[in-house]
Amino acid sequence: MPPFTPSQTVGPFFGFALPFPDGERADPGEGALRVEGQLLDGAGEPVSDGLIEVLAPDQFARCRTDPEGAFHVWVRKPAAEGDQAPHLDVIVFARGLLKHLVTRLYFPDEPEANAADPVLQAVEPTRRHTLVARAEPGALRFDIHLQGPEETVFFAV
Amino acid sequence: MSEAIDFDPPFLHPDYRSTVLRAPQRPLVRLPREWFHRSTGPVFGRIPVSPSDSDLTRQHPGEPQGQRIIVSGRVVDSDGRGVRGALVEIWQTNAAGRYLDPADQHPAPLDPNFTGAGRCLTDEEGRYRFVTIQPGAYPWRNHHNAWRPAHIHFSLFGPDLGSRLITQMYFPGDPLIPLDPILQSVPDPHGRQLLVCDFDLETTVPEWALGYRWDIVLRGSNATPMEDRD
Repeated sequence: MPPFTPSQTVGPFFGFALPFPDGERADPGEGALRVEGQLLDGAGEPVSDGLIEVLAPDQFARCRTDPEGAFHVWVRKPAAEGDQAPHLDVIVFARGLLKHLVTRLYFPDEPEANAADPVLQAVEPTRRHTLVARAEPGALRFDIHLQGPEETVFFAV
Repeated sequence: MSEAIDFDPPFLHPDYRSTVLRAPQRPLVRLPREWFHRSTGPVFGRIPVSPSDSDLTRQHPGEPQGQRIIVSGRVVDSDGRGVRGALVEIWQTNAAGRYLDPADQHPAPLDPNFTGAGRCLTDEEGRYRFVTIQPGAYPWRNHHNAWRPAHIHFSLFGPDLGSRLITQMYFPGDPLIPLDPILQSVPDPHGRQLLVCDFDLETTVPEWALGYRWDIVLRGSNATPMEDRD
């Protein structure tokens, strides 16, 4: 059985290759939700050369971070699946990340479903909030901390 | 499903300085695999792929400078079965070692006839093929007199989240390989060898282009059932 091809960093120079037109619009419709956030390193500094991908069964968005480490995507809230609360899968690539990171975005207006979600339940209670977006006017806020006291929960997939 | 050997680098590899403030410090949360592998098909369909995207030497009015090469291989899953319809995206420097990316300030010339980015979908057997130019080495500021060996970046998207991979392909015999902290972050020499392509006379086209072969093994399983062809 062949071994898996090892991962390597996306590096700093993908900006002319990986972004595609309207890549940040997983849902181009009028009712789409705007999700915005900032990618931050262990010193709290913005990661200005990151690439964020957001996935759901029939949605895909790709957005590179800007000089402030900020990204945004347009999505719709997926349906709950089985006993899992509605969520989006989020993949993080950046210079300095030798392997990509996988996390999840849960929705703040689903407190009951989130409380019953087996993935959130498998995470230490003190870290669960890193996976739930915050409601702000006109957008959901989802910051991603690569390190530090607020380090986002990342999953082995 | 069978388990293949994991040769991935660690997140923290201090010789590659950028990992120090970016590597997560908490262990990854490990959950049952089926909780994540739920997509029934590729979700990347919005990314435009046209047949001409796989020939990086024909994206401009003129021909790019440099050694024309063909890079071809197979994308397989951990059972060795071809992954059909996988999205393969590549990007690289031009022959002089310069990326088109505005963030690249290396004082080497840009080539007006070379962008250095391509895409294709794998065929029924999981095969891909690009025509491009031999990329160049270039300096970076990781440490004194640091140079990246020539490489092509590969991004792969198979049928599910677990198959996502971004990596780099290197060329055989490059003297910079043992000095490169990014490739050397892969701890096992066999793992590093997996990132080096093979010169291949069968892929080489007479009087036209040198050929290299590089196969890629993705995690995850084929969401689309297909027969064993091996």
